[in-house]
Amino acid sequence: MNRTESEPSRHLWHPVATVAEVNGTLNTMLMGDAVTVRVAGDHSGIVVFHGDRKLPVIVRFGFIWTSLGSPPSDLFEIPEAAEADRRNVSAGPVGVATSAPRAIENFLDMAHFPFVHTDILGAEPHTEVKDYDVELKETENEILATRCRFFQPMAALSAAGGMEVDYVYRVPHPFCAVLYKSSGADARRMDVIAIFAQPTSEESIRAHLFLSMIDTTHTDSEMRRFQQLIFGQDKPILENQRPRRLPLDPRSETPIRADLSSIVYRRWLSSRNIGYGVIPAAGQSGSAVHG
Amino acid sequence: MAELSGWFPVAASHDLPLRHVFQAKLFDREMAIWRADDGNVNVWENRCLHRGVRLSIGVNEGLELKCQYHGWRYANKTAGCIYIPAHPANAPARQITNRTYPAVERFGLVWTTLEKDLSFDVVWPDGDWSVLRAIPVHAGPDAVAAALCKVLGAVPRPDIHAFAYALSTLCEAPVLALLQPQDSGKTVIRCLLSGGAQMERRLAVQANATLTRFRNIVEADASLEPVESEPVFEPVASELAEPPAASPDAMTVRVERKWQVAEGITGLTVVPTTGNLPAFQPGAHIDVTLPTGVKRQYSITDGPGTWKSWTIAVKNEPNSRGGSRFIAETLRQGDLLSVSEPRNNFPLRRDAAETLLIAGGIGVTPLLAMARALAAVRSGFRLHVFARSETHVPLADQLDGLLPAVTLHLALDPAQVAQRLAEVIGPHAPGRQIYACGPGGMTQSVLAIAEELGWPEEAVHFENFNNDHVIDTSSAFAVDLARSALSIDVPAGQSLLSVLRAHGVELPSACERGACGTCRAEVIEGTPDHQDAYLSRGERASNRHIITCVSRSRTPRLVLDL
Ligand code: FES
Ligand SMILES: [Fe+2]
Repeated sequence: MNRTESEPSRHLWHPVATVAEVNGTLNTMLMGDAVTVRVAGDHSGIVVFHGDRKLPVIVRFGFIWTSLGSPPSDLFEIPEAAEADRRNVSAGPVGVATSAPRAIENFLDMAHFPFVHTDILGAEPHTEVKDYDVELKETENEILATRCRFFQPMAALSAAGGMEVDYVYRVPHPFCAVLYKSSGADARRMDVIAIFAQPTSEESIRAHLFLSMIDTTHTDSEMRRFQQLIFGQDKPILENQRPRRLPLDPRSETPIRADLSSIVYRRWLSSRNIGYGVIPAAGQSGSAVHG
Repeated sequence: MAELSGWFPVAASHDLPLRHVFQAKLFDREMAIWRADDGNVNVWENRCLHRGVRLSIGVNEGLELKCQYHGWRYANKTAGCIYIPAHPANAPARQITNRTYPAVERFGLVWTTLEKDLSFDVVWPDGDWSVLRAIPVHAGPDAVAAALCKVLGAVPRPDIHAFAYALSTLCEAPVLALLQPQDSGKTVIRCLLSGGAQMERRLAVQANATLTRFRNIVEADASLEPVESEPVFEPVASELAEPPAASPDAMTVRVERKWQVAEGITGLTVVPTTGNLPAFQPGAHIDVTLPTGVKRQYSITDGPGTWKSWTIAVKNEPNSRGGSRFIAETLRQGDLLSVSEPRNNFPLRRDAAETLLIAGGIGVTPLLAMARALAAVRSGFRLHVFARSETHVPLADQLDGLLPAVTLHLALDPAQVAQRLAEVIGPHAPGRQIYACGPGGMTQSVLAIAEELGWPEEAVHFENFNNDHVIDTSSAFAVDLARSALSIDVPAGQSLLSVLRAHGVELPSACERGACGTCRAEVIEGTPDHQDAYLSRGERASNRHIITCVSRSRTPRLVLDL
């Protein structure tokens, strides 16, 4: 049912690989279908096949994006990544047995820092999530969470000690999220970390991570390893969430004030009729009803 | 898969070592099973109500189970959520309760049933039995049952259980096998071997080896398409999908013990007439409705995870209007009382580095529950009790259990009290928090002294036992209810709360004297005329809340978020 043409997420751009990851040919899955990525030796020609059908391609942030349907003409931007002194690094992909929306919701969540990323992104007893703002920007069709603050013992590799860190979160795509956090190296600027979830099936993803950092001291692989350590701590939690698909019925789980961004995210998925990787609310079977 | 009625084994007693959480499955239901430090075995739906993480990967803290993802804490037995770390200063809505299954521990096994109100009816043959290692098999229960009979010559024993089989071919001793259907493609075989403690190890090894061979045969036969069936969950209560606004229901409890806990103070231990008591948070109180119709609030003094009884303490007020006097003079052991579900207007943060608990006389009651909760998680605290004399210290014997963290301050005059308070409060440091409870005068001086010593207001929490203000009801004003789209006039002489109720707006209340804060509402526009003893000075100044039972309006119009 969710593999039909009327499923809106079928017509989105999805990441399938980093350009660097593909050594000639890479076979991967996208929404239950096998796709093949081919990159010419000099990176000049990049093609993605679904069977013998050639799929549309965009290359952005060093990732190859494609779509099984008819995608919009463009993909969202992260303008900061273009700043001259940024270090742009990809990390992953990490295979996770969860749905793309569960992974995005986890990425937007601060309350788990002390419990899941203990002594790195949070530590008991600093567990409070102060009120923050979330808005749905109709023009860009994306979610923006601002005024997020959290106490962190070691916010990034470049951070010297504990500090209250400011966060801004963007959800520019149902399966992608971008966070901005105060940089440990330069307090006036923000580091950027993004997650692009490649839905290999409704209940499995490859999580591609993208970093755009202000950091002059660490190597690419050190930064990559740090991010993989963090995500490695989320993975067992994500794989122990039931159901694996994100339930959109408000009665399926219990939100609190700290979950405002997740509340808005779930509503936004509902209003966009996303039916992939979710359990639609009763009386609304995703694209089947509204498609 | 099709469910069968009745009780089924889901774990062995030896699967529940100290502070462990065991994962089990029965008819597609996943369960988290854990033994609390008081011996109680909990069988719960295996997911946190918050964001669906399996509780079986959570932490068994002894009397609470803590979820791995965001640290929500659920109480032993009741499975009520009693702490949400993301909002340490707020009490969770008391209705956040996980689904529990009945649990019975018998014959070395933990049993449960999907049915409600089904008494345990499995009768085991006499003699000593030892539980063998459980054997999970990738095949449905009917296939396993058929193979047991065919391959191992098992004889069904429906007199014991629908899925019980007698086996004489496993080893030299008789064996009884029970099947635990997990889902349509998975079954656990649980065998008990006759012989109890004297059972020979050799026999167990023999039986296990035969069963392992048996499993290989069955699995080779079964179509081995590994089906992970979608776990089945109950939806959460509809109130939980929205911010809480429920008014708690009353329940009946029986007075099990009544005794004098200090001079002029009566202690009551109450027990449920049916089932268990609900979960409560430290600092919570219950409303007790006396046969005279009077309603009074009393704090629960018990520690975390208590579900069999509550102890409260009641001061005999000389000018009692029938509340404390009735309890002191008329109430007898064995009598029934109508009480509300626990409500918490005095939530305890558990993220403080050091917590100071300051009690005046009977005000020790909520602080005793807090001290016990903090002691259980080994969080630093001190409890200071001010009283007229040693015989005036309520529940003194129970304070002994918290030594050396308790200090008594006896027979001080007001000036000495102030001086002593200044000493014990001391300068503020990040992570220090004060909780004070006692007569209005005492909490006022704690507030004043702490302020003088540079404590920020949000680090000083207090609960008053009464509101000493004389309520002025002479003003008249209008209220707009933003959510209900109603406009109502409040005439002089009537409380805002009573007028709201007359218009069908249900707001919970308890003391109705401006002391307990239960009837609080959020103010969107306008300036309240605060007459309560509940809000702190900062809360008053911000004008964002109003205690509707006594407070009124300074502006002609108030807009409330109701
Ligand atoms: S999922 Fe259990 S505390 Fe959030
Ligand atoms: Fe995380």
